[in-house]
Order: sequence, then C-alpha cells, then structure tokens
Amino acid sequence: MNDAKYIDIQGVAQTFKTKKGLFPALRDIDLTIAKGEFVALIGHSGCGKSTLLNLIAGLTTPTDGVLLCAGREIAGPGPERAVVFQNHSLLPWLTCFENVYLGVERVFGAGAKSTGAKAETKAQLLERTHAALALVGLTHAAQKRPGEISGGMKQRVGIARALAMEPKVLLMDEPFGALDALTRAKLQDELLDIVARTQSTVVMVTHDVDEAVLLSDKIVMMTNGPAATIGEVLKVDLPRPRHRVALAEDPAYLHYRKAVIDFLYTRQAHVEKVA
Amino acid sequence: MVSAVFHSPLDAAPRAEAPVRHLAKPVAGTPQAAVARPAKAAGFDGSELAQRVVPPVLGLLLLIGVWYLVSVSTGSSIPSPLDTGRQALQIFSDPFYRNGPNDQGVGWNVLMSLQRVAMGFGLAAAVGIPLGFLIGRFGFLSRMFNPLISLLRPVSPLAWLPIGLLVFKGANPAAIWTIFICSIWPMVINTAVGVQRVPQDYMNVARVLNLSEWKIVTKILFPAVLPYMLTGVRLAVGTAWLVIVAAEMLTGGVGIGFWVWDEWNNLNVTNIIVAIFVIGTVGLLLEMALIKLATAFTFEEVKS
Repeated sequence: MNDAKYIDIQGVAQTFKTKKGLFPALRDIDLTIAKGEFVALIGHSGCGKSTLLNLIAGLTTPTDGVLLCAGREIAGPGPERAVVFQNHSLLPWLTCFENVYLGVERVFGAGAKSTGAKAETKAQLLERTHAALALVGLTHAAQKRPGEISGGMKQRVGIARALAMEPKVLLMDEPFGALDALTRAKLQDELLDIVARTQSTVVMVTHDVDEAVLLSDKIVMMTNGPAATIGEVLKVDLPRPRHRVALAEDPAYLHYRKAVIDFLYTRQAHVEKVA
Repeated sequence: MVSAVFHSPLDAAPRAEAPVRHLAKPVAGTPQAAVARPAKAAGFDGSELAQRVVPPVLGLLLLIGVWYLVSVSTGSSIPSPLDTGRQALQIFSDPFYRNGPNDQGVGWNVLMSLQRVAMGFGLAAAVGIPLGFLIGRFGFLSRMFNPLISLLRPVSPLAWLPIGLLVFKGANPAAIWTIFICSIWPMVINTAVGVQRVPQDYMNVARVLNLSEWKIVTKILFPAVLPYMLTGVRLAVGTAWLVIVAAEMLTGGVGIGFWVWDEWNNLNVTNIIVAIFVIGTVGLLLEMALIKLATAFTFEEVKS
C-alpha cells in the first residue's frame, strides 16, 4: 500500500441533473492525500467542497474519474470512512451513548463478521463506546438525549461516533460551522489533540481560514463553481503540536493565512449570483 | 415541524386543568422540566386560573343557553337541559342492566361500539401501517397504490356497508368492515408520508455506518415515522368513532348508534340528546388519550 497516496483522486468530475438541465459541480479533480495527513478543503460556498467530501465518503458516485482509498476503489459509503456531518445528525430518540454504540456495534460487534473479523463481546463494545465518549470529554452526558445537550456537545458526540469506529479516514463537513467562536476554538483544540493521538487521516471541509491553517498539513483551495476545480494546494509546514496563541504572531502562520486569504478574496473573489 | 401536526382545538381542554395537576405532582423528570416549573408556578395566580377556566365554562353556558331557548321555542318537543340532566342521571345510575337483546344499559351499548371500533381499527392498523411503510419506502409501490388510494379514500364509509353485508352475511362483521375501510386511509397515508420525510441526514448516517436493513427500520425509520404514524392513528380513531354510530343505525344490534335509532323509534328525544353527549365525551376521551400518546413519542427535531 502506498502511504503517500492513501487517498487518490484521479480526474474526478461530478455533474448533477437539475430541472434546468445538467449542472457541472466539479471537474478535473486530481488530489492525493497521504496516510495520517490532515487536509482542509476551503473555498467559497457553492464551490463543491461538500460535493467532493461526499464523493470521498462514497455517498455519491462521480460522473467521471475514480477515487481510491488504500488502493481500492471507493464504491459506496462505509464505516472505514467515517463522516462527521455539519448538523451532527445524531438520532434524537437515542441517548448519546446509544448513538455512538450504534456505529461501534456495527463495526466491532455482530456486524464485524461480514468483514471477516471476529465479533467482540458486549463488554468490549460498551468499553469502546465509553472510551470514545471519554475522548471527547462527554462521559457525564452519556445518558442524555441530543435534545438535552448544547450544540457543541452534540458535535462532539458526532465526532465520538465517527472516531469510535476507528475509521481509516475521518471526513468532516464543516463540523464546527454552526458553533459560536469560543466553542469552535475549544473543539478545534480538542480535535488537534485527538488527531495527534490517533494519527488519523482527516479531510475537513471548512470556510474558516484560521481553522484551515491551524489544523491542516495541506490546504486545498477550490475555485468558484460551477465546474469548480482545485485552484491551489498549500502545504502548511508548521510544527506540531500547534498552539493558537503562540501561532497568532508566528510569521509563518501569518504567511500561510495571507496566502489563503489572497486566494479566496483576490483571485477567487466573486459576488454570489444565487444565494 | 411534527408538533404542529398535533395541534387541535382540543388542546385547550387538557391545558385548562394542567397547572393544578403540575403543582400537585412531585417534581420529577428532566432538569429542564424542573427549571420550567417554578416559572410556571410563579405566574400561576387567581387571574391566570380565571383566564383558563372562565372561557370554557362560558362556552358551555352558551351552549346550554341556546339549547334552553330552542327548547322553549319548540314547546319542549326538544327537551330542556334540566329534563335531559335528570334523565341522564337516571340512565347513568344503572348503565349495565340487561333486559333482553334490545334493551340494555348505556354502558353495554358504548362498550359494544368500542369493541367494534377496536376490531375494525385494529385490523386497519395491522394492514395500513405496514402498507404505509412499504409505500413510503419504495417509489414503485407508491406510484402503484397512490391512484387506488385517491380513488377509494373519498368514498363515504357507509357506501361500503352493503358490500360488507353481502360478503360477510352479518351485521356485526359488516360494521367492522366499514370501520376498517374508512380508518385505514389516514394510517396508510400518514405512515407513507412519514417514511418519505425521514431526513436524508439520518439515512446518510445509516449508509455511512452501513447499518443492516433491520437496524435501519428499528433504529431510524420507525422512531422517525412514529409521530406521523400516531397522527394517522388519531385521525383514524376519530373517523372510526364517527362512522360506527352511522353504521350501527343501519345494522342494528347493540351499540350506541343503534341506541340512538331505537330511541328515535320510541320518540324518546331526551335519551337521544343524552346519547349525543355520551358519543361526544367518548370521542373526546379517545382523542385526548391519543394526543397524550403522540406527544410522549415526539422528539425534538434536529436543528442545524
């Protein structure tokens, strides 16, 4: 297996059928993501960031081109590519614990037999679920339903659900977009910490420049849609662990930040025609 | 989104007495409820009580006033509220007597009607809810059944009664059949709509977690559809209770509808009015019970 090309996207294009005819969302996407790399997809709204993420997740299939993960074609969604959804998508009738357990049970419990692995005991599954909730600091909220906890906590449960499945790739679709700035900063720090420990490969869609620079190894900047493509890939060579306060005045950090802003607001500046 | 479905004028009735019950109940349940309660209690005083109790009482008084006027103007061929009240007391003093097949207490009549409703409705639920799930899940079945439902649904329930009599050769099964056919549609339609409206996000979760079809049904579809389903059930029970009275008038036997018709033949208008109140009260109780059930199973919608 080629670790430098853990995720390999070759000539992918995506066209949607709409009432007004064909809508080309993405074209000519070529991108490789190394194992353990943290990649941010950034661009103006409507540029197809989420479309690309859904393609990697396997929720949609491309009109053209191929996507490979660990040397195999991505044929559909699966727990090895866990998704943290923008609106957390927790099931409101299950407790936080049950929401996480649902995925754990599928991957390591009875569902594991389909992949040839041995099913773990109930105690092991419960232990995994507890561990995942502890990882995001929500042990105390395990028996609460999503309706009883704050937006930030819901998003953390969403992350716990994804991480508990020990995915090869963690896909995040603007995971902190709906949160206030302080909660967002806190979760970003937690995510940095978790990723450092789990060495996960992460692809994150964001529209927040600071978030992208702070978290990523590589920022993929996308041109405006329709028919968006990758405009530029910026390698972020900041040492880890990263601390937001120390980085705030770091010249390298400011340089990367400026490069992204320059791309977004000078070269890809556009007034949105359709909101 | 879902809670709006359950709104009905009847909501006002249970609410009228809600604060009193809340105060009497020991504090239990979620922390939010505990926080919300003192706020409610603080605003609970004489004027609030008056605001909640006075309007419904006035409404009832208006009804009795109009009734009294009608009674006076028709020279008591419509019995007055007072006469009816007296008669009602007498009827309810012995609701479960039996003097032969055509002369039984009001309690038996109501129970017989409820039994027919329960059977017809139960069969309709057993067929309608799974059918609704299938129609909601598979577009092909939806396109196949939608024209049929559109065609059959507007048919007056009583038009089905002769078919029932012909096929089942008996009044009782024919009445049950009529209940079945008229109460199945709201359940099929609401269940199907509920399944079609399960948020795509939840289905995406199911796909990413790669859940089995069984898990999708039990953990995602069923809980998501439950509020819609219960709305269908509530509508269906309401319709069934409307229809049973009419059906029993035609089929005879024991039942509240037959009782009304029997009393009409006896020209005992007082009993007919008592029966109207009994029918109304039972309908109200059925509705309230199902609203309670529905709210217990309605979860907060996911907000982005």
